[in-house]
Amino acid sequence: MSTQKDRLSLIIPNFKESPCVDKVGVEERVARFQTRSIKAEAKAQGLRMALNMIDLTTLEGKDTPRKVKQMCYKAQHLHSVCPGLPNVAAVCVYPSMVGVAKKAVGDSGVKVASVSTAFPSGQAPLSVKIMDTKFAVAEGADEIDMVISRGKFLSGEYNFVFDEIAAIKDACGKTRLKVILETGELVTLDNVRRASDIAMYGGADFIKTSTGKIQPAATMQVTYTMLQAIRDFKLKTGIQIGMKPAGGISNSKLALHNLVMVKETLGEDWLTNEWFRFGASSLANDVLMQIMKAETGVYQSTNYFSKD
Amino acid sequence: MAKKKENQSKAVKWDYSPAPESSSHINMKDQYELFIGGKWVKPSSGKYFDTINPANKRKLAKIAYANEKDIDKAVKAARKAYKTVWSKTAPAERAKYIYRIARLMQERAREFAVIESLDSGKVIRESRDVDVPLACNHFFYYAGWADKLEYAFPNRKVESLGVAGQITPWNFPLLMAAWKIAPALATGNCVVLKPAETTPLTALKLAEIIEESGLPPGVVNIVTGYGDTGAAIVNHDDVDKIAFTGSTGVGKIIQKAIASTDKKATLELGGKSANIILEDAPIDQAVEGIVNGIFFNQGHVCCAGSRLFVQESVAEEVIEKLKHRISSLIVGDPMDKNTDIGAINSKEQLDIINRYIKIGLDEGATMYQPDCSLPKSGYYCRPTLFMNVAQSSTIVQEEIFGPVLTIQTFRTVDEAIEKANNTPYGLAAGIWTDKGSRIFNLANKLNAGVIWANTYNKFDPTSPFGGYKESGFGREGGLQGLSAYVKLK
Amino acid sequence: MERLKVLKTYKVYIGGKFPRTESGRYYSPKNAKGEVLGNICFCSRKDIRNSVVAARKAFGGWSERAANNRGQILYRIAEMLEGRKAQFIEELILQGSTKVQAEKEVVLSIDRLIYYAGWCDKYTQVLGSVNPVASSHFNFSMHVPTGVVGILADQKTSLIGLISLIAPVIAGGNTCVVLASEKLPLCAITFSEVLNSSDLPGGVLNVLTGSCSEMMKPLTTHMDVNAMIYSGSDKSIVKELKESSALNLKRILHYDLDWMKADSQDLYKLSDFQEVKTTWHPIENIGGASSSY
Repeated sequence: MSTQKDRLSLIIPNFKESPCVDKVGVEERVARFQTRSIKAEAKAQGLRMALNMIDLTTLEGKDTPRKVKQMCYKAQHLHSVCPGLPNVAAVCVYPSMVGVAKKAVGDSGVKVASVSTAFPSGQAPLSVKIMDTKFAVAEGADEIDMVISRGKFLSGEYNFVFDEIAAIKDACGKTRLKVILETGELVTLDNVRRASDIAMYGGADFIKTSTGKIQPAATMQVTYTMLQAIRDFKLKTGIQIGMKPAGGISNSKLALHNLVMVKETLGEDWLTNEWFRFGASSLANDVLMQIMKAETGVYQSTNYFSKD
Repeated sequence: MAKKKENQSKAVKWDYSPAPESSSHINMKDQYELFIGGKWVKPSSGKYFDTINPANKRKLAKIAYANEKDIDKAVKAARKAYKTVWSKTAPAERAKYIYRIARLMQERAREFAVIESLDSGKVIRESRDVDVPLACNHFFYYAGWADKLEYAFPNRKVESLGVAGQITPWNFPLLMAAWKIAPALATGNCVVLKPAETTPLTALKLAEIIEESGLPPGVVNIVTGYGDTGAAIVNHDDVDKIAFTGSTGVGKIIQKAIASTDKKATLELGGKSANIILEDAPIDQAVEGIVNGIFFNQGHVCCAGSRLFVQESVAEEVIEKLKHRISSLIVGDPMDKNTDIGAINSKEQLDIINRYIKIGLDEGATMYQPDCSLPKSGYYCRPTLFMNVAQSSTIVQEEIFGPVLTIQTFRTVDEAIEKANNTPYGLAAGIWTDKGSRIFNLANKLNAGVIWANTYNKFDPTSPFGGYKESGFGREGGLQGLSAYVKLK
Repeated sequence: MERLKVLKTYKVYIGGKFPRTESGRYYSPKNAKGEVLGNICFCSRKDIRNSVVAARKAFGGWSERAANNRGQILYRIAEMLEGRKAQFIEELILQGSTKVQAEKEVVLSIDRLIYYAGWCDKYTQVLGSVNPVASSHFNFSMHVPTGVVGILADQKTSLIGLISLIAPVIAGGNTCVVLASEKLPLCAITFSEVLNSSDLPGGVLNVLTGSCSEMMKPLTTHMDVNAMIYSGSDKSIVKELKESSALNLKRILHYDLDWMKADSQDLYKLSDFQEVKTTWHPIENIGGASSSY
């Protein structure tokens, strides 16, 4: 993991000149990933990998400590009838729930990620965003998921966005920072690419597509564009950045195609939960059903999989 | 606090398991006869040849070898059908026959795709997603023209030619048969078609569908054989039109052979198309375009983007990304749904490709091939890049017809145009830039029949295809593709 | 005393200049009454070579000229021809036409130029297409000129055959090398003079005189000639053209028409020397169905 000092020693490019992206070309490439047929052993391995990359998420105004505790329990006991399953990578909650979550996951190895910076809109002064972040870190968050200021981005104030990310990174200290671009509000892939570049140079350890509150969220086109940005950043600086598509990845097939995309775009180095995550709430059960279908040979019913 | 459990995964190798397309429920005979006058007839010589699967060298079927006598029989059947039935069939009825063929093909799409891949070595993903649907759509498109021809040629009366002799290549066997037969039928002609000797099966399957469609006997005749069979079609006195897709060398022989006749000819021949990457291009999509341009169908594509031109300022980045990208290509069993590059069509073609690779190395070019594994039996070739080449290199000048790309750099747009046009061919060209005005400039100045801007190797029944200069004459596809099969009064 | 008539020296027209033939040879065709028409350049293959070079050089500029401008230049040629009608009529009469025939031929030639002048900025609209491909691409086909065209002019007429062949060729942005009628060469040369005082750039049209049978081969086998036209009924010439086409796949067009007929002019004479160029470009599709905006 690179430190903010490493990052600040980089020569900052002119973000107005971020590489352009041809959307139709991206769609064609994505369609090719989707023609990959993942069967047998590759499927079994892929599904377990996907399960272990999930950030189990609850981000609702009506969240309560009890709801968060239930989710944390699920995170550690995905499907007890099937021994040997991995846990999910993390739970993702609001700052006010970090303390509860931290205690609930205990020593399971499941990390606690906290959204921050006035999630999901990000419409707060920087001082509030820093306090928000520091609070979550102090509560024990292992990871911070911040949002960028999309309004400022769309007004062309790229330096503002950059400075804000750098300031939050400072506030994080050693806590890993995921930067949410909210690509559904950025609309074009050119914007997605530019925002990715800003985030990575600004100090992101991970870049993340969406809050889950805006549609469309983590389309494969958007994720692919961000993966290309991550690869270019690695080629230029040698620094590895993680990727987290969030929102809309609700079934195993889509998850597997995302993994295919990661493998073919970035390589197998990224196929771990240290560098790739799925932000999702309903994906885990679908993956579990697929795993059980493979184990038992019969199609599954949702009645047999716990919903927390 | 207790010691934390490990929940962080390690990066591991993740390979795709085999995902073979099943070849069950495929109707393939052990032996195919000639389809003449609506009947399956034995070749007069009694001779047959084998068609093999280039992916494993196994024999697929025995195929009738037609000689001059058989061709004469086929042309006579076509002439008879033309005179007695087809020229008298109402255009709207003609259209309905062609629509029916399109539908019957769609119903058997999977069967066509599987047989195409078995016979030609092309990957099942391409025959399933590209060749077969495009072939069906070609019939569907031209069907509708049959009763609308007067709108295609303003101020003229349109008449059919009579009997068209058609010779198709082995790179897109079914698709090329569709490109030939559909417009010929729509314009009211009868057809004698010879598929390539290494890939006759899908054309013969098409004959079965044509038989089933109830198309009057003799309107379409499918005859199989080698070059001498094709020559017999070209030289037959009662053929009004020759449509050929294949090498420039054979195209020239045909042009000479029919010089003293009134036969109309369309020739779709070779190419050495330029794919030009400018510095402001969407680089990652351009890299995809390069890959699609040269490695689509193992590079057995007349319009393959086989000459890459990259602006010097981005050359290093493009080449690095290209190398990375081709290292993720899977070369292997064409029937596996995950294979990107299938088998080379024949031993002869593999020998030609390998000869060019050797020439490239002998001429001092730098070669790059990814370190991918190849199947043990069958004909395969790794995707190959050649750097440090010049316009004067043999591998830059001659059509290789395989997965071999030459990479040259340029400094200015003018230089790129000059080098791109500096070839006897003129089939296609690719342009990659984010600037619209530059696209139009290059599109104007590149001497090629098809210009792909920020894309490559796209085909559609509505889009005319064909080249300048030694890439042949005439167009196939679209409104413009009709003129090859009509006379205007 | 009767004034001594000044005789006209007939030269060839290459690259906008009037040189004599490289070969230094000449011939003196006669009319039916046995009168000598003039001393005409008996060109050789070197003149062919120079003409093709001139035509190729002129191609880029001419083909890229605005269609409207090409139309104006063709119209200007017609204007000039109208002004010199008398001279052409005189030459036609000398070459064996009656006065009535000659007048008809010149008038028709002028009108034919105007006909094709009008097509210059319209034919791509009539022949071109936007093709509704199934993928997310904008796809259009347009006609672009084939390149350098070799023309074996009509042997039976001096002017109308020539005009009927060259007008559609140059209207479509091609450049050409013309072998004039061997026995009736006068109007071709005089027409070159008309061209030279029009705005047609040098090299777009090059006119040679002499033996068709001698010059045909170097022209039809020339690797930098993209198309050939033959006007006439000699099958052996058609065969020779098609055979030589095998060298570089040049396009061969053969017309056996009475150029004095009104229907011998049409759009398809123009499209015969055009290549269809089809361009694809992706269409970025953002948002929902466009009709919902």
